[in-house]
Amino acid sequence: MKIILTTTSPSIDSNLDSRFGRGVYFLVVDPDTLEWQAHPNPGAGAQGGAGTLAAQFVANQHAEAVISGDFGPNAYGALQAAGVAMYLFGASTTVREAIERFKAGQLERVGAPTGQGHPPRV
Amino acid sequence: MKITIASGKGGTGKTTIATSLALSLAAELTPPPLFLDCDVEAPNAHLFLKPTFEQRQDVGILIPRVDEAKCTHCGKCAEVCQYHAIAVLGTKTLVFPQLCHGCGSCTALCPEHAITEIPDVMGVVERGVTPEGISFARGVLDVGEPMAVPVIRQLKKWAVPQPGQVVVRDAPPGTSCPVVKVMRGADYVVLVTEPTPFGLHDLRLAVQVARELNIPVGVIINRDGSGDAGVDEFCAAVGLPVLLRNPFERAIAEGVAQGKNLVEIHPEYTAHFRQIFNQITTALS
Repeated sequence: MKIILTTTSPSIDSNLDSRFGRGVYFLVVDPDTLEWQAHPNPGAGAQGGAGTLAAQFVANQHAEAVISGDFGPNAYGALQAAGVAMYLFGASTTVREAIERFKAGQLERVGAPTGQGHPPRV
Repeated sequence: MKITIASGKGGTGKTTIATSLALSLAAELTPPPLFLDCDVEAPNAHLFLKPTFEQRQDVGILIPRVDEAKCTHCGKCAEVCQYHAIAVLGTKTLVFPQLCHGCGSCTALCPEHAITEIPDVMGVVERGVTPEGISFARGVLDVGEPMAVPVIRQLKKWAVPQPGQVVVRDAPPGTSCPVVKVMRGADYVVLVTEPTPFGLHDLRLAVQVARELNIPVGVIINRDGSGDAGVDEFCAAVGLPVLLRNPFERAIAEGVAQGKNLVEIHPEYTAHFRQIFNQITTALS
């Protein structure tokens, strides 16, 4: 199984990044073995459309679930279309903590956008 | 001649100045000026100039529609979209209309010809005449739409001045794309500011935009006498003419709150604005 978390640094010992579209790193983790791989989020520096760009990256990783602090309307729509389950990390602050809670079924599954998103500046 | 009234900081009094300038010139110029309210996210110049709108036109851009039967999800469209408005997610290709700028790249480059373009309306442009004979036009962006530029572009194209007609454009606040669009093509930019650190900060940015576009700039200081000397020192240091100072005065605030502009509150301002216009004309000749 493969899940993805938004993180502030490229490590399993990282803290979580609460932003989905503009989180700094995507950490791809096998929650059972804790094998991991970090990728810079291509949406982090995007001028606009960070949510859809980040969602495409996540979809291409073929992950089953993504854990972050906020999913805007575009990111939500895109991840939903890709069939990736979205979870909020809630009170967790570290990757290891969020994975434990995910495995224990304690994370809230997202069924609607959790924020207003950020319209591009044009 | 085209004059754009901008500010950087919001709430400095752009519309008060723009409408007062247009009114001061209405009786003096033949034909009276053309006024464009380009603050399409919150147009309010009509409250001061009271035009009767006679014509109206929808504004939109062309956005992609994907034929799923032809789409192979190759990802070319998503790759070329600078705004990430089209996304390929496994076996689905999704369009996000509010991110789309209508450039047409995805449609042109789709190897399967699976994309066609459909109109997406985001606002309207309207025009009419004020009781003083000022030609008035404005753009109105629909609530929830994030992109102001297509509406401003259409407003500038649609409300064309008669030969020799002076154009006064009221810009939105800020210094991003919509403001650039309203400044572009102007002969002169009037920046309305206030003597506060915030006013100065945004004035600096707005001056940089106008200079990048090679447009001469003059400054009007509203609420003069409040705040500090920073704006004056900046204008002197970079050689910007201060065209007018309006005092921080209760009578002006009360009048504006009642929908009056400066020339109604203080009729002697008509002469001030005509003088500013002459000063601009001289600076450009």
